[in-house]
Amino acid sequence: MTDPTPFASIDDVLGTAEGWLSEGRKVALATVVKTWGSSPRPVGSRLVIDGDGAMVGSVSGGCIEGAVIKEAFEIMQSGDPRLMEFGVSDEQAWDVGLACGGNVQVWVERMEA
Amino acid sequence: MRADIFSKLQTARRSKTPVTLVDGLDGKTQALVYADKVDGDLSEAVVKEARDRLRDNKSGVAEVSGDRWFFDCHNPPLRLIIVGAVHITQTLVPMASIAGYEVIVVDPRASFATAERFPNVTLIDDWPDEAMEALKPDSRTAVVTLTHDPKLDDPALEITLKSDAFYITCLGSRRTHAKRVERLKEMGFDDAAIGRIHAPAGLDIGAVSPAEIAISVLAELTAVLHAKPIVAAAA
Repeated sequence: MTDPTPFASIDDVLGTAEGWLSEGRKVALATVVKTWGSSPRPVGSRLVIDGDGAMVGSVSGGCIEGAVIKEAFEIMQSGDPRLMEFGVSDEQAWDVGLACGGNVQVWVERMEA
Repeated sequence: MRADIFSKLQTARRSKTPVTLVDGLDGKTQALVYADKVDGDLSEAVVKEARDRLRDNKSGVAEVSGDRWFFDCHNPPLRLIIVGAVHITQTLVPMASIAGYEVIVVDPRASFATAERFPNVTLIDDWPDEAMEALKPDSRTAVVTLTHDPKLDDPALEITLKSDAFYITCLGSRRTHAKRVERLKEMGFDDAAIGRIHAPAGLDIGAVSPAEIAISVLAELTAVLHAKPIVAAAA
């Protein structure tokens, strides 16, 4: 018996963040905090990003990850967390393509070493 | 996230201690709320909200005491206890693990419950009633019996039917299940208790192979977890 849940590792975003921090990488964490209407990932879904743009997890079906990563790079530098909002009422959402027509709020923060 | 908060959060997750991470959306406050203690400076109202949400496993944003907070509930993973280290179990274990369950296999028969047949899973070789008494199924636990053998399935059921397990199923034909119902009645269980058993096991998707039966069981379990009405497949 080695790791009792080897398959769960694809979902262990916080474990990934911990590993990256221990390697001295810059790390940001994005967490879905609120959703309205049809949204692909529920509240509590997480995406972890490192300074080179490597990512594990998700905060949508792949629609807004690009925009979140871009913001995450800034937050890795500044350390100021930000609440990002995506939705059909938001011009940016069309640009980044939240195709499901839902609305989602994502909290993006730097993981302190 | 503050390093000390993250470290404590990971410790709680590893020890399977329920905890709510509380984030002030002004970016100024971060704290951890456990059932019996608080790490951080929070008002009583915020602590209460965090504990209520932890109990219901309901993460989300709320306005409390004039500020907006994100309550991020970290409960231990859902558990799936499988009684019977049979062929179906070999396919159900990896599928349920991918779906996020902590899987535990119970089988006292040494030739079935081998690490070779079941790598990377918790194997318990105690008699099922002893194993279930130790495992204490709760409202975040599903129990599936697959041995076909009343000597093994029934003792597990006897404990499980007295628990809050959210999903219970037993493999077996309608005839096998009818006999099981008779035995459970003799053991003193009423119709309401016996009715908690989903039988026949799994959704009717025409499953034949062990892997397909595992899919149908995991599908039914998922439907019950999210309280979706189970619609019978068209004949």
